[in-house]
Amino acid sequence: MQNVAVLERHEDPQPQTEDRRHLATIRRLLPTPTIVFMIIVTQLPLLVTLAYSLERWNLLRPDRRAFQGLSNYSKIITDPEFWTIIRNTLVLTISVVILTLVAGMILALLLNRNFIGRGIVRTLLITPFLLMPTVSAVLWKNVLFNPAFGLLAALFALLGLPRPDLLAEHPMISVIVIVVWQWTPFMMLILLAGLQSLAQDQVEAAQIDGGSPLAIFRHIVLPHLQRYIELAVLMETLFILSVFGVIFVTTSGGPGIQTTNLSYGIYQEAFQRWDIGGASALGVYAIILANIVMMLFVRVLRRGQNNGGSSA
Amino acid sequence: MTIKWRDLSLTLLTYIIAILIFFPILWMVLTSFKTEADAFAFPPQLFFEPTLNNWRTALFDTPFLEHLINTLIITIGSTLLAISFGIPAAYALAYYPTKRSDFTLLWLMSTRMLPPVGIIIPIFIIFRDLGLRDTHLGLIIMYTAMNLPLVVWMMRSFFLDVPYEVLEAARIDGVSLWQEFRYVAVPLVMPGLFATLLLCMIFAWNEFFFAFNLTVTDAAPVSVYISSFKTAEGLFWAKMSAAATASVLPVVIAGWFAQRQLVQGLTMGAVK
Repeated sequence: MQNVAVLERHEDPQPQTEDRRHLATIRRLLPTPTIVFMIIVTQLPLLVTLAYSLERWNLLRPDRRAFQGLSNYSKIITDPEFWTIIRNTLVLTISVVILTLVAGMILALLLNRNFIGRGIVRTLLITPFLLMPTVSAVLWKNVLFNPAFGLLAALFALLGLPRPDLLAEHPMISVIVIVVWQWTPFMMLILLAGLQSLAQDQVEAAQIDGGSPLAIFRHIVLPHLQRYIELAVLMETLFILSVFGVIFVTTSGGPGIQTTNLSYGIYQEAFQRWDIGGASALGVYAIILANIVMMLFVRVLRRGQNNGGSSA
Repeated sequence: MTIKWRDLSLTLLTYIIAILIFFPILWMVLTSFKTEADAFAFPPQLFFEPTLNNWRTALFDTPFLEHLINTLIITIGSTLLAISFGIPAAYALAYYPTKRSDFTLLWLMSTRMLPPVGIIIPIFIIFRDLGLRDTHLGLIIMYTAMNLPLVVWMMRSFFLDVPYEVLEAARIDGVSLWQEFRYVAVPLVMPGLFATLLLCMIFAWNEFFFAFNLTVTDAAPVSVYISSFKTAEGLFWAKMSAAATASVLPVVIAGWFAQRQLVQGLTMGAVK
């Protein structure tokens, strides 16, 4: 079944005897280990981050640790560097999401046809997504972007152009290119699943009625894909907000802070300057940002449920 | 006739795009079989005398294998733990939902979407105080937490795909909860379970942020080892390519076989 199915369920048969009621209790306890584990490993640290963010605490000067209220927060928002980092995070996330959406859509449409070698082409296209981010980053940095020996330098030389040092001259664009390369398969796969769940007779009927390919795409395919697009965009946004490995390997956030995003900034604050209080306050800002995206996400899921978009 | 030509040229375009996108990876694999001199020859060499020396050096004369073993231990450990916590939860949430089930599911999903930077600092401090830094157990704990929501959401959706009549028939026959689980439900969700296992392993294998911040050398997985090539210049490209190829090979092959399930896993089972 190709469809978007969320939060559907089987009905619980009524327990009839003492015995069955006892069983029901056991069954309801089954999620407990998961819930307890997740509270300990993810929710408690969240609260501790909140607590740390209210402290003056640098690991290099642990003797000076003290509660200081909201001053980490106010210090951060009055720091122009913070706004550069926020802007970098948004530029990176938004441009990656838009570019992968366009590229993924084109590839999904191309793959949603019958042709020889379709399986192989699809396999080749998803491979960048399977590489560990550090391998992708090392590969692009050394093999493609290297100004002296890289493939792109060779291409430019072949065209008689000067060899560019892309990572130094256009650091943000270079990072965006790498992340787009990694994440286009993600969009492609989800949109392809969406395309394949579209009833073909609808498209064929429109073709017989003389609908142009563009009109069919706009009035039949796109509305059908809307939920897939929303889902993919929101999922990807959350992941791209936290990009770290590629930046660490290729630019280390530089030159200056030109490619420092929120994740990388927090890493530097915490593990290079050892400012636990300040980094935690930054972490809280990152959580707020992610929560805004997440609220949108839950709304989309809920809407799917109410529309009865599930039939699995 | 024109439609046929259009179709053919679209197919050709698809081939070209696929080759262009895959080319960096192909180049990495080719480079791993070059001599270091060929690897950074300019202009780049497409044809060359292949050698296995880099593979030998990268695999056996460097700490690569130790890090690969770390990755294996952490990946397998965290996947097993996530499965053993997550499957009972998924089972109960699928077949025995309560009023709180929807909330539990959405809450679990929200933990998956939490930015890692939001919790890394306390985790770092707690791990330091408990002696969990730079241990396999530490990363196993983090990756279990990373993969548990995925296991619950995916396995729940597979359990829901089991025809209800089958379960009902078993229940009328009076089977125990364990028998219902072991002999009725599990065999029917085997393909789904396999897909879930694969995805957990892919995510754990490739993870970098927690690995990088919570390990030093003893427990550092291969993703951290590879990141140490960030300053590699010309001379070690071939060996670097061999190590990089070796470290992605298992996951790439697993992912090729689990293409369809990849979609499900990436969307927590929301898209099938």
